[in-house]
Amino acid sequence: MGERERAMVAPGRGAFQGRAVVMDAGDVQRAIWRIAHEVIEHNRGTASLVLVGLQTGGVWFAEALGAVITSVSGAAVPVGSLDVAYYRDDFGLRPVVPAAATELPVPVDGAVVVLCDDVLFTGRTVRAALNALGDHGRPACVQLAVMVDRGHRELPVRPDFVGKNLPTRRTEMVDVTAGGVVLGDLAGPDGAPQGQEGDQ
Amino acid sequence: MTGRHLLGIAELGAEGIAEMLRLADTFVEVGRRPIPRVPALRGKTVVSAFFEDSTRTRLSFETAAKRLSADVMTFTSSSSSLNKGESLRDTVRNIAAMGADAFVVRHSCAGTPLQVARWLAEEGGASVVNAGDGAHEHPTQALLDCYTVSRERRARFGAVPEGARALEGLHIAIVGDIRHSRVARSDVLAFSALGATVTLVAPPTLLPPSLEGWPVAVSHDIESVLPKCDVAYLLRLQNERMSEQFLPSVHEYTATYGLTASRARLLGPQALVMHPGPVRRGVELAAEVADSPSSVITTQVANGVAVRMAVLFHLLGQGAQVGA
Repeated sequence: MGERERAMVAPGRGAFQGRAVVMDAGDVQRAIWRIAHEVIEHNRGTASLVLVGLQTGGVWFAEALGAVITSVSGAAVPVGSLDVAYYRDDFGLRPVVPAAATELPVPVDGAVVVLCDDVLFTGRTVRAALNALGDHGRPACVQLAVMVDRGHRELPVRPDFVGKNLPTRRTEMVDVTAGGVVLGDLAGPDGAPQGQEGDQ
Repeated sequence: MTGRHLLGIAELGAEGIAEMLRLADTFVEVGRRPIPRVPALRGKTVVSAFFEDSTRTRLSFETAAKRLSADVMTFTSSSSSLNKGESLRDTVRNIAAMGADAFVVRHSCAGTPLQVARWLAEEGGASVVNAGDGAHEHPTQALLDCYTVSRERRARFGAVPEGARALEGLHIAIVGDIRHSRVARSDVLAFSALGATVTLVAPPTLLPPSLEGWPVAVSHDIESVLPKCDVAYLLRLQNERMSEQFLPSVHEYTATYGLTASRARLLGPQALVMHPGPVRRGVELAAEVADSPSSVITTQVANGVAVRMAVLFHLLGQGAQVGA
């Protein structure tokens, strides 16, 4: 759940209420270190590698991952961001808040693009991201790194790099930051849990 | 669709204007891409219904709709059945029957977009965007003017006010044919809503009969206003709307109110020269001033596409916010 989703929840829809801390800050940092090494190993180095964080929740993850890959490999890896709001297929089903910027520091033509997001859920955000990326060029290949894979896929999407596989109920929410991963619910103004069907 | 419209700046308010400018930023980025198109309005149909001549505004709206992947129906009154005696109401009804999600309406009569919106409420409730009605309003022009001023200011001065106070502290002079200008009406409302101070500069005959309630100062001496203004906004002399003699001659207007090269030197080094187009070079604005670095007239046109994308997306793209 990124800033945008957090902003969308309030007001009137209740607030995110954490129930269980699934990963603490150290766990998240170690997962980032492991994924960084996996990305380098999988691609046999960092040649033509570009990390692209999905707005808004994936941006910090891409930046953190990029910093580790750069320090491990010694070569600076470009990090960009992609806003997929205009590519979503659920206009009318939820508010669209295209507040965030798309910034790709290098051309994606021929690049190895690693899409980075905090939570992989239905896969619809990734589908939108693939379409958005296609409007910027033709990458040599696209890979997917996520901090949390919570299941419930609605499209044939599979991550290449995963911080943690986290079984969830559809109505639960997962809050991912550098400070940790928290499983919780969207509680109504009266404190009662509310279901939220939506892509995180 | 519940029939959301943009009929005038007055209904938007400062927050609404700021929201449009923020949205326009994301569409400026889209315009810089190799493929400047997003699928946000796929399956929507936008009708450009211009009952009065236009180059810029019509092409700008149509480009904006296409860049959002909407389908565009183009209506021009000169080649339509209006010439066979069909009423405006029947024309609108028939276009609506083909399935349209938004009407972009320009008409020489003030209030036509509102009337079209009322008719459409009975025909399924498409949205209406006012693209200029008589001497009433031209809201998307005012939005793109606000966008241009605020973003040029940011580019030149860095940290500046944003959002609903984006034009705070600026002094904007609107010069020329205020009386016949819908742009002036929308601009006065929008500029002052965002915190700018507005001075109208015109001969008494080209001012509206009453300025009561307008948040403006009035001057008849352009040379005293230019040194202290941050933006000189020139308007075209609208001969086609002048039913009587408002000026002794066009030459006299240029001599007393035109932004000539020598008057342009009175402007501060960072001041902007703007014009909604079409420019009558040598009348209200000297050619060398229109082409000088302080002129942002083509920037206005470029920003117009992004701002109109923001308006169309705002009206059609967000849909019903279920549960929100």
